[in-house]
Amino acid sequence: MKTICLYFEIHQNIHLKRYHFFDIGRDHYYYDDYENERSITETADRSYVPALNALIEMAGRYGDYFKCAISLSGCAIEQLENHAPQVIELLQKLNETGCVEFLAETYSHGFSSLKNPDCFKEEVQRLCKKVKSLFGQTPKVFRNSCLVYSDEIGELVAGMGFKGMLAEGAKHVLGWKSPHFVYSCNRNPNLKLLLRDYSLSEDISLRFNDSSWCEYPLFAETYADWIARLPEEDQVINIFMELCALGIFQPLSSNILEFMKALPDKLRERGIVFSTPSEICSKIKSSGELNVEYPTSWVDEERDMSPWLGNVMQREAIDKLYSVADRVRICTDRRLKQDWDYLQASNNLRFMSTKPSSYGGYRGIYSSPYDAFTNYMNILGDFINRVNNLYPADMDNEELNSLLTTIKNQEDELEMKDKEIEKLQHMLGKLEKGEPAAEKDEPARKPAAPRRAATKKAATAAKK
Amino acid sequence: MKVLMFGWEFPPHILGGLGTASYGITAGLSKQPDMHITFCLPRPWGDEDKSFMNIIGMSEVPIVWRDVDYDYVKQRIGDKMSPELYFALRDHIYADFNYRLTDDLGCIEFSGRYPDNLYDEINNYSIVAGVVARQQEYDIIHAHDWLTYPAGIHAKNVSGKPLVIHVHATDFDRSRGHVNPTVYGIEKDGMDHADCIMCVSELTRQTVINHYHQDPAKCVAMHNAVYPLSQEVQDIIAQRRPYEERTEKVVTFLGRLTMQKGPEYFVEAAALVLQRTRNIRFCMAGSGDMMNAMIELVAQRDIADRFHFPGFMKGKQVYEVFRDSDVYVMPSVSEPFGISPLEAMQCGVPSIISYQSGCAEILSKCIKTDYWDIYAMADAMYSICTNNALYTYLRDEGKKEVDQITWEKVGKRIYDTYQQVLEKYYHH
Repeated sequence: MKTICLYFEIHQNIHLKRYHFFDIGRDHYYYDDYENERSITETADRSYVPALNALIEMAGRYGDYFKCAISLSGCAIEQLENHAPQVIELLQKLNETGCVEFLAETYSHGFSSLKNPDCFKEEVQRLCKKVKSLFGQTPKVFRNSCLVYSDEIGELVAGMGFKGMLAEGAKHVLGWKSPHFVYSCNRNPNLKLLLRDYSLSEDISLRFNDSSWCEYPLFAETYADWIARLPEEDQVINIFMELCALGIFQPLSSNILEFMKALPDKLRERGIVFSTPSEICSKIKSSGELNVEYPTSWVDEERDMSPWLGNVMQREAIDKLYSVADRVRICTDRRLKQDWDYLQASNNLRFMSTKPSSYGGYRGIYSSPYDAFTNYMNILGDFINRVNNLYPADMDNEELNSLLTTIKNQEDELEMKDKEIEKLQHMLGKLEKGEPAAEKDEPARKPAAPRRAATKKAATAAKK
Repeated sequence: MKVLMFGWEFPPHILGGLGTASYGITAGLSKQPDMHITFCLPRPWGDEDKSFMNIIGMSEVPIVWRDVDYDYVKQRIGDKMSPELYFALRDHIYADFNYRLTDDLGCIEFSGRYPDNLYDEINNYSIVAGVVARQQEYDIIHAHDWLTYPAGIHAKNVSGKPLVIHVHATDFDRSRGHVNPTVYGIEKDGMDHADCIMCVSELTRQTVINHYHQDPAKCVAMHNAVYPLSQEVQDIIAQRRPYEERTEKVVTFLGRLTMQKGPEYFVEAAALVLQRTRNIRFCMAGSGDMMNAMIELVAQRDIADRFHFPGFMKGKQVYEVFRDSDVYVMPSVSEPFGISPLEAMQCGVPSIISYQSGCAEILSKCIKTDYWDIYAMADAMYSICTNNALYTYLRDEGKKEVDQITWEKVGKRIYDTYQQVLEKYYHH
């Protein structure tokens, strides 16, 4: 039996304002508030609200049959909370129907997964917490910004305890293989990989309203037929897209929502079901390991990192940015940490792309890639200065690094000791339980408790 | 196909961009299989490159019949014109010009520059062109810049051949809108008579359409190109020290210091940059009517210690300036084309140009700002000087881009346009 896995991404980047180099050191606010409010409100009105209403309607109409997954970046959550809280409410309403699974993501929608594992773990955990507080779900499946995946990232994500991860079914990775199976990470088979069928996904997100497309106009019956006609062995059809595909990329006037609403019915007629990513991960076995040496993404024909890291300017920008990653991670300045999240967002890098086709030429406030680079580097210049000001001027990177390593080692050590203590306590408890009658009046138990508390206290004190 | 061209300047004796462009156009055009070019110059020096075309010096064309013998002519002007051609031209004198000042060969003297009596010189050029137009055989006439438009019209009237005019600049560019009515009159007359108007950019084309009221159908944009660097120039460029070694960056302006080129915006942007950082030097090479005003402005902004005026650069000096520059800036207020950023990019110097320059239409691996936006310009200068990645990218990609812009391609386009003009001229 075939199953569809439907997933929507919600992300809106924080627009940077025009920041001249003489603002460096004078102005520490980097954002274009007007544009941020305008764009998020527009996206909410034209896309998120109608699309989420449609999903809620579908959940009501089809009951348990219809399922989907959604992930939000931290930046998007913050923007929605500030400017379009009705979207969060709709998401909560959708959550109450029980048809949606929330996935984990990076908080910043950046590429810390490629640059700094510690930073990456921290921001993923932060997002999970945020999702938990908003929707009461603890994400079990991970989805990286722009669907970036490589073996190394897979290992990292598996290490964090996720069961599965979404990735692109890129041709150059799959070769003759089909994306319609569940694969696993080659460095840690516990992590299952769901690969996007980009052709079927982009039929909706990219081509639906394209009147020059040979399949135009696309009807739900046709689409369901395509899926039904896939080989019998094909188990999972992963259809991933941005939520703003419904309404922005494909305008509402194209009747995209009617298409979506009709789809479950037509799929049900053909015996195809819906599943959430974690259902797939627990039900379906991996049919093999996948080797992805270089990162893949879901953008452009190349489906690699070229839209963000294709030219020297982009690479310079990301290197400069992550050169202070550790310093930011250990600091406690809230504003600095917030800026850090916003500056990491992938869109900032994408504006610097010199690929002719990228983004459909959309560059926000920038007139050229060089303009985008200049503006970003000015902001980064100020940001890095602020970070460095937090630390003694004479402390060079190497020294700081060695200190960081020491701290990290101590943390690891403490963690191990905590575990050991727990184990010992557990054993002690067992021992005590095993002979409660015989040693009822034995005084041994009493001193044990304070000693335990003492060690624990010592441990926490050391941690601090 | 034979073309009769009228020009004013030709390398190696050039005063501005017109000479360079004339050379490129003729050299590119001569690569076309059946192209024969005759190029008329007011005053050739004899050391011009004649390998791919004939040059007729207007100062050697007789307009008054003088009884001179072969040997005398040969001894007088043999290095510039063959006596046979002199006598052939002498046979085509079409009116009595005895009242005009002529020399012993019956020729008018030309300065070949832009003298104070420029209108007289233009008029004389047109008179002489009448003789040339009657003697030469050609299929089409091509006149470069407004100085030669009257000559082109004259030739068209005499021969009935189609006239193509090449607009390298208009008076609207030179004067920021305050046109000289005489110059405007000459330009408009030329355009009205032309069968095809080649403009060096879309920007110029729009000026021609909107300010000279020309039919858009006969205006075509014909962008300029650049010649590959000679070995000598490449050797100069190769002496550049690596970026990392140059602790002081140099930002350069190179061109006439005149209103059209927007030098004051360069100074203002420099002042902004220097508020922030001191390890950048600014170089304003060239001379012109705004030189003194600029020196004063620099002093006023208190940046004279970082701002240098090396004066007019010629020949190899230009490339030495490029060699020592990290950024080239052309903040022109209205530039019909502007060949110098292309040359800078050839030398591997990242360029900042104004949107109001024609070359901005064909360049993408450079930074573009509005000429008045000194903040954006300052930002761009600072960014290239401080970010190695941007510098490297623009240096390498810019060179690659500009290497693709060749005169051969322009020559092919001009040739095709000629054919269309001829087709239209004789069949409609």
